[in-house]
Amino acid sequence: MRVLQMARPTLIVLLAASAALALLQLSGLAFWQGLAINFAIFVILVQALNLASGFTGVFSLGHIGFMAIGAYTSAILTLPLATKAEYLPNLPVWLEGVHLDMTVGPVPVGFVAATLIAGALVMVIAGLVGAVLMRLSGHFVAVATLGFLVIVRVVLFNADDITRGSRTFSNVAPYTNLWWAWGWAAIAIYMAWRLKFSGYGRAMFAQKGDRWAARSIGISILRPRLVAFVAGAFLSAVAGSLYAHFITSFSPTVFYFDLTFRVITMLVVGGMGSVSGAVIGTAIVLALAEALRRIEGATLLYGLGGILLAVFFIAVIIFRPSGILGQREIDLEQLVAWRPRRGRRRGPGSATPD
Amino acid sequence: MTVAPVVDVGSPMLEIDGLTKRYSGLVALSNYALDLRPGSIHGVIGPNGAGKTTLFNLLSGMVRPTSGTIRLFGVDMTNSPAHDVARAGVARTFQNIRLFGDMSALDNVKVAVQQRLPIGLAQSLLSTPAFRRREHEITERARETLERLGLAAVASRPASSLPYGDQRRLEIARAVATEPKILLLDEPNAGMNPTETADLLDLIRRLRDDLDLTIILVAHDIPLVMNLCDRIQVLNYGELIADGDPAMVRNNPDVITAYLGQASHA
Ligand SMILES: Nc1ncnc2c1ncn2[C@@H]1O[C@H](COP(=O)(O)OP(=O)(O)OP(=O)(O)O)[C@@H](O)[C@H]1O
Ligand SMILES: [Mg+2]
Repeated sequence: MRVLQMARPTLIVLLAASAALALLQLSGLAFWQGLAINFAIFVILVQALNLASGFTGVFSLGHIGFMAIGAYTSAILTLPLATKAEYLPNLPVWLEGVHLDMTVGPVPVGFVAATLIAGALVMVIAGLVGAVLMRLSGHFVAVATLGFLVIVRVVLFNADDITRGSRTFSNVAPYTNLWWAWGWAAIAIYMAWRLKFSGYGRAMFAQKGDRWAARSIGISILRPRLVAFVAGAFLSAVAGSLYAHFITSFSPTVFYFDLTFRVITMLVVGGMGSVSGAVIGTAIVLALAEALRRIEGATLLYGLGGILLAVFFIAVIIFRPSGILGQREIDLEQLVAWRPRRGRRRGPGSATPD
Repeated sequence: MTVAPVVDVGSPMLEIDGLTKRYSGLVALSNYALDLRPGSIHGVIGPNGAGKTTLFNLLSGMVRPTSGTIRLFGVDMTNSPAHDVARAGVARTFQNIRLFGDMSALDNVKVAVQQRLPIGLAQSLLSTPAFRRREHEITERARETLERLGLAAVASRPASSLPYGDQRRLEIARAVATEPKILLLDEPNAGMNPTETADLLDLIRRLRDDLDLTIILVAHDIPLVMNLCDRIQVLNYGELIADGDPAMVRNNPDVITAYLGQASHA
């Protein structure tokens, strides 16, 4: 009974969201469906950066690199064998025969497997990179992770045999739909939320608040940072896979500064360290970017959108540097406020820090 | 993850020998020695810049000594990182308060309590019953600790919003929440008025008795130290110039000239 009660607001939001998705699916409005999928992918990217940077104070500029690796990995793993032979003739032998296209009923299990493999691969890479970089402090981490992003790009451009280099990688199976995108987005939000309100999250925020004090109570700085970095990398890879199977053709150029900057803007607007803020920030920036794109189209002032978005970002930094929510959260419980106050959740598993 | 060294009850609690810290020419601490008696309240006094905080930084593993050894329960901890020293049972407070300002008072203590009550990452992500029980346990213990320090009423307030005296006590709460054997207090009464200082004196004694602590106390307030400590060491320019019980130290001519004479100006 108590368990049911605790899950109720979450359940209501999930049901409402599912109903909205179902309606959108039925409506056949392709533009809005695409936008909703984009929104979900950005939510995942922003939660990834929220974990890695918002929770820990370590400024990572490299997570789009993890997204790129995720995108290419999943795309290659799901490419039909015939296409693969023609498309990537020099692929290493052990990759040549891999085609994850299994389905169980309506579920593309191969797609899920490819996404998870991409996530696992990226976690290993992030573990190795993070073990070195997370020891650095402040600006050094930012520069070093930026270096990582640049290296990933160079490798993608030059590993012709695997990535087709600078040529467009197309014919990716279009698996990503509203359900997959938002299913993964829900998982990303849930992961970030659970981490934040666990001992791991407390350790992350503690070492962000004061490194010396954190060490004085037995927290090794490296561990919470590494957990956050690797978890963020996993989510970035998932977003990469979803993106690849949504857009179905891409090249290394998309995984670079523009996208990095876009994700940072979304996170900063929502509030670094806030899980609900990350979702709100994503929505606002996405809506703004979309509106500006239309204005650009109507006025033919191309580039105006980018400039105005940058101005908006600078304004947020100046006038509200901690974003809309700071580190605070909007509790679903309060959002779905039809329940009498006395029923408010308290004690273990509480969603707000008490 | 590093495991705290096995505690050998037979060995001395804390043995320090020839501990020296040099900062490019300046000797902040020189040839310091200590054999800490379990259950005691040990005072370290000395004028500004005498090396008291440096001593705590060395003891808590936050600064590497230039030479000398630190042995904790018979285990050499001289070059152990701070988090290992903390896990081995040495907790500290800071002269300049260092709280997790954005976190609630309760969370400041919970994050310390959890070091002794670990739970797996997968359990935390899935919010399993075991995780919920652990969180409950951590919260309960943190609340008890806050209560012990008289901070129960401010549990949900952000640490940075607390009045100064509460912040000082919250630092002590966080330190004792790690269940230390040895507690290092760096000027815990700095900025407190005489009434608050008197309360603090009671509090420190009570903590020692209730939690079986051994305490090393750094303070400028000579009456406080004289009152509270079983043994007192006096540092001056990094050198140990006196070491003994309060009466001995009070009458030591070196101390009177080096420290008391100077302190009367402050
Ligand atoms: N990181 C550092 N780099 C260089 N010099 C340092 C450093 N830390 C401390 N010192 C110097 O070492 C000496 C001892 O400093 P310490 O902070 O230990 O003194 P203290 O006894 O705690 O003084 P106070 O009573 O003012 O707190 C001082 O001269 C100080 O300037
Ligand atoms: Mg000092």
